[in-house]
Amino acid sequence: MNDENVKSILLAGVGGQGILRASDIMCQALMAAGFDVKKSEVHGMAQRGGCVTSHVRYGTKVFSPLAEQGKIEILLAFEQMEALRYLRFLSKDASIILNTERINPPAVNMGDLSYPDDIIGFLNENYPRVISFNAAELAIEVGNAKAANVVLLGAAANLIGVAKSVWEKTIEKSFPPKLVKLNLDAFQKGITA
Amino acid sequence: MSFFATPLSLHWSYTEARLKKVLMSGNEAIARGVYEAGVRFAAAYPGTPSTEIMEELAGYEGVYAEWAPNEKVAVEVAIGAALAGARALAVMKHVGVNVAADPVFTVSYTGIEGGLVIVSADDPSMHSSQNEQDNRNYAKFAKIPMLEPSDPQEAKDFIALAFQISSLFDTPVFFRTTTRVSHSKSVVTLSEPRNYEEKTSLVRNAQKYVMVPINARTRRVEVEKRQKALREFAETFPENKMEINSTEIGIITAGMPYNYAREVFPDFSYLKLGMVYPLPERMIREFASRVKKIYVVEELDPYLEEQVKAMGIEVTGKEIFPYTNEFDPGIIRVAIGKDMGTLTSPYREELAARPPNLCPGCPHRGLFYALKKFKAYVHGDIGCYTLSYLKPLQGLHSCICMGASIGMAHGMSKALGEKGKGKVVGVIGDSTFLHSGITGLLNMAYNQSDALIIILDNSTTAMTGMQEHPGTGYTLSGKETKKVNLKVLVSALGIDNIRVVDPNNLKETKAAIRAELASSGPSVIISESPCVLFRRAGIKAKPSLRVDPDKCTGCRTCLDLNCPPIAWKKGETKTGSKRKGIAVIDESLCNGCGLCAQVCKFDAIS
Repeated sequence: MNDENVKSILLAGVGGQGILRASDIMCQALMAAGFDVKKSEVHGMAQRGGCVTSHVRYGTKVFSPLAEQGKIEILLAFEQMEALRYLRFLSKDASIILNTERINPPAVNMGDLSYPDDIIGFLNENYPRVISFNAAELAIEVGNAKAANVVLLGAAANLIGVAKSVWEKTIEKSFPPKLVKLNLDAFQKGITA
Repeated sequence: MSFFATPLSLHWSYTEARLKKVLMSGNEAIARGVYEAGVRFAAAYPGTPSTEIMEELAGYEGVYAEWAPNEKVAVEVAIGAALAGARALAVMKHVGVNVAADPVFTVSYTGIEGGLVIVSADDPSMHSSQNEQDNRNYAKFAKIPMLEPSDPQEAKDFIALAFQISSLFDTPVFFRTTTRVSHSKSVVTLSEPRNYEEKTSLVRNAQKYVMVPINARTRRVEVEKRQKALREFAETFPENKMEINSTEIGIITAGMPYNYAREVFPDFSYLKLGMVYPLPERMIREFASRVKKIYVVEELDPYLEEQVKAMGIEVTGKEIFPYTNEFDPGIIRVAIGKDMGTLTSPYREELAARPPNLCPGCPHRGLFYALKKFKAYVHGDIGCYTLSYLKPLQGLHSCICMGASIGMAHGMSKALGEKGKGKVVGVIGDSTFLHSGITGLLNMAYNQSDALIIILDNSTTAMTGMQEHPGTGYTLSGKETKKVNLKVLVSALGIDNIRVVDPNNLKETKAAIRAELASSGPSVIISESPCVLFRRAGIKAKPSLRVDPDKCTGCRTCLDLNCPPIAWKKGETKTGSKRKGIAVIDESLCNGCGLCAQVCKFDAIS
């Protein structure tokens, strides 16, 4: 079976949070570590506040760039409510990394629907490992809220078997020189979060 | 032609050239494949999911790539280049092939001197399209061979094969990709680019290229000869592959669904077709003889299934697989009836959706807000402004295809006669107007109806990500060029009532709409304001606005703009006021366009 050798990660959040950039870096690092990698997302609406997801799959040989429902081992949620939206994709023993930032959808902004309460509590009740923190706050500590995606990547790196040096080299290659230090710091923040 | 005169450097300037393996999207890989194949001529009109192919290609050294005003022109440009002996590429989304169908069906008869490959990027699930037509049908219909890659590596490698087939069989070749192939990324092994061979010249062969009936009848017979030769070729085409594992169950498939099936059923046997037209009948028969049961796994139409059934081979297809939407591994597992369990989310409550919306500061918002007050029937078109259909703007009442708004508004106005006066409007973006709105407007001037057409000129092709067009003054490669003047063009078509407004000025915009709805004969309003994401326009973000919580009465008028930064804050009551909350503006999102300040009757926003 191919299945057992292939790991699946889902990145989920809202357009503008740097999700596609994060999944690109993740794939580059996995590739540099010698894995076959595929990823898939749908472009187009990202800049317009819509939901954005990216499936990342790696192993010795990957066929599908999309994971099957129930097979995701790691969920990297860039926004609290977006974590809830894709739970059907997760295996029962999935690990969840949750950015506690909250971005209201329009219907919540208009006062028509409410934002779910105690998402962290719900996830903790249903999944064995939930790591939650405010990635934007940690990113601000190293210099820029926009590096929140790399903070999250650092947290994910703890769960992925790729050497830290490989991640760091990939990050160095992924940003213009003046942004490298900021992003390496952000990555480290995520590792210790 | 200057771009052919420049000798090509053998040293590839891209840093990735030194790496053998890179992570690439299908679209990036197609562009790389074109470059590696030594092809240097391409024309296209942008359209999701195809757009990045041309943007990538334009970056390769020595490549001439242009945005054409529409797909028909792009194909005609590519045919012209191919008749001069060049190997040429035309790129479009699936519905673009409809626009280009006229030349495509006849270039199938004439053939080409050099090479011609037409990329059709299909969009199963309609992630960003108005329909999900299966363009494999075009291959059969136009008698043009079609290749279909299943991942970025194949996307790169198949391009060279497509050009070989084109030259070898004197035929245009279709190259079909889908959103999942175009927009997924995987590891691609690069090859050294082939040297470009300059082979262009003027060769006259009027009997072959002038499709008057007497010549077309001759070419028609040649097409059938070519079809026969291609069917033979398909039998040994190395990208039609058989993998024999289980003798119980076999799967016939092509493109991305191969990966889904291969992943969930690694023990089955596979016939994976890299060439989806024409089909290798003997190979299919052989496959059928080696397995007991066959499933045909294909998204959208039973295209392969029907042809295989017509061979008299028993297969299972659309009776168990869906006709609609793209597949994923789970769909195939469930359809073939293996265990799926009950996979549901533990979270059962309804989650608020995040529908796409016009950006903060988008100039379309002001136009649609102003237009709504007149309660007209608004024919929409294809672009960002189609998003105005959503609540609460609800600005459109129809939207069919590129350019349709003008013809439909004219037709409706004519059919309604007096009853329709002042009530029928068509809205169309600048890129879409230049794509296929000009002839519609010419017709409207010619046959004189009372409809009002509003050209939403934001100086770019915004929906697909800021591509140039004849109205921007720049080419695909960023060179300055002739810029069409919309007002002069509209006037030249025979429209007398023309106004230009700034849609961020609601008062001016409403006054113009009121006047032109009341006027007799066709009118055009050009709503002129650049896209807020458009960097070259030099838009400096104006200071963000804020709501004065003392002055806000909680009337919610500003919320009707559906501007992302404006939110409702419940419970902010005030003594002596009936208000139940107030509006607040997220300053980090606000672009300071000032529309909300214009609609506020209480001067609470500044």
